[in-house]
Amino acid sequence: MSQLALVIDLNVCVGCHACVTSCKEWNTSGTAGYLADMNPFSKDPTGTFFNRVQTFEVGEFPNAETVHFPKSCLHCEDPPCVPVCPTGASYKREQDGIVLVDYDKCIGCKYCSWACPYGVRELDEHQKVMKKCTLCVDRIYDESLPENERKPACVMACPTSARLFGDVNDPDSEAAIAIRERGGYQLMPEWGTRPANHYLPRRKTRITIHEDELVRVDNPLRKERQLPMPNSDEPTLDDVTSW
Amino acid sequence: MHPAFSVVFLTTLIGVGQGLFLALYTGQLYSVVKVLPVQDSANFYGLGSLIAVAFLAAGLFSSFFHLGHPERAWRSAARWRTSWLSREVIALPAFMGMTMIYGLIHYLGWNPVLFTLRDTFEIDLSLLVGGLNTVLAFTLFLCTGMIYACIKFLQEWATPLTVVNYTLLGSASGFMLATAFASHQGSELTGFYGGWTILLTLAALVTRVSSLVRNSRIKHKSTLQTAIGIRHDRIEQKAQGFMAGSFNTREYFHGVSPAVFSTIKWTFLIAVFPVPLFLLSLGLTANVLPLFIMAFIVQYAGLLAERWFFFAQSRHPQNLYYQTVG
Repeated sequence: MSQLALVIDLNVCVGCHACVTSCKEWNTSGTAGYLADMNPFSKDPTGTFFNRVQTFEVGEFPNAETVHFPKSCLHCEDPPCVPVCPTGASYKREQDGIVLVDYDKCIGCKYCSWACPYGVRELDEHQKVMKKCTLCVDRIYDESLPENERKPACVMACPTSARLFGDVNDPDSEAAIAIRERGGYQLMPEWGTRPANHYLPRRKTRITIHEDELVRVDNPLRKERQLPMPNSDEPTLDDVTSW
Repeated sequence: MHPAFSVVFLTTLIGVGQGLFLALYTGQLYSVVKVLPVQDSANFYGLGSLIAVAFLAAGLFSSFFHLGHPERAWRSAARWRTSWLSREVIALPAFMGMTMIYGLIHYLGWNPVLFTLRDTFEIDLSLLVGGLNTVLAFTLFLCTGMIYACIKFLQEWATPLTVVNYTLLGSASGFMLATAFASHQGSELTGFYGGWTILLTLAALVTRVSSLVRNSRIKHKSTLQTAIGIRHDRIEQKAQGFMAGSFNTREYFHGVSPAVFSTIKWTFLIAVFPVPLFLLSLGLTANVLPLFIMAFIVQYAGLLAERWFFFAQSRHPQNLYYQTVG
């Protein structure tokens, strides 16, 4: 069964928040209603976002690293938020595994947000319903868009290609290959939610160069030197050899 | 978690209603087997049921303030196969309706004797309806408790003690009200209810303190390491992605200082258990109605603090992502 998801490469995320703003821009403009912003220009502004980028410092200075960590709905394969919903507004799609909220059925009881260990569901202060990442379900199947744009807005916006989108259950997809080959992992595996979104770890890219790789072992004079440039009136190698 | 007063009132008020009904029915059951004297149907069981329904209705009314869309509340009965909240939404009105029927049967005297057991014990209609309603009362306690106990990563709640505490605390407050009610009606059951109230309150003290001890020793399974998946001993959040608040910072943090938090704990430990027990015992020596009423009010106020603390104490794993503003 297909399971669409994001694979986020923490090694290349630079924490620019482009995914956050493009997500907000796309999803606040859709037919499902805007994502509320309360007090946008005054004290304590607050609003609904599907995606956040957080920053963590790992290690202690000077041996510290800054990790930028984008967080949105992980579209769990066993989503704990779905069975607790009393109305059935929260559901997981059979065909592609996207976890969605039916805004017309949601009563705004917040129980699903309590049942999500990742804190990726937010109650919209204006519409009074629970909202969350839809994996841009209104984009990825839109046939009026060119095929290479049928991706979530955050994936389109990422300047470092830190976000891969695809079917993680299809072993040949870009996302599945990245998970398999680059140590993709899930968040909070201890709760058995089996998140579909995966993260690729930070890694150091170093190459080890040995001495004999710099100096040719078969160099008869044990030294490297450039041959003198032939005079322009002398024949070149191309002139004297015939193939 | 951030305690919502709508839910604090809902759970405490319906607890009183359920407990009061259980007390009325216990009294009737004892009178059928001729251990206790029979009470006046209309004034005692009829009026008592009405009070229970009033508490249940007040709880139900309060619950609507928790919803973003109260007008769609009817939809919440849909997913009873998977959701304990949905089950509660069915169990509460069912219990309310059945309590109303139980009260009406008594009040209007539509109470034919259905059959006689061993030629001595007369089983009438109200006894049958009350028996079914007792099952509903316990089902409702189970549903209310399981709403919280079934979320396994809210480790402070994910224990059978949650259901036990809801049941015992609700029953204790209901029996406390029944004691005051019986005393007001001049019933001989005052002492009987008083005795049960003492037993239930002491039992609740044991289980509630057990859960406090359990929760003080809890080791949380989720850490910052599992939350972001980086295996390093020292990880510190530098930014949570926004400067002002969001749903995540409002809904899951109780936001009071440790001193206030601890004060609320001791307030409920004193107001739910020793003070009402003292007032009740004092009242039982001479059947003093004001003391019973005072005991009930103090215990109910204590239960509000208890429920606030129950919600506030639970630490949601999502809080790991919201440690620093930036």
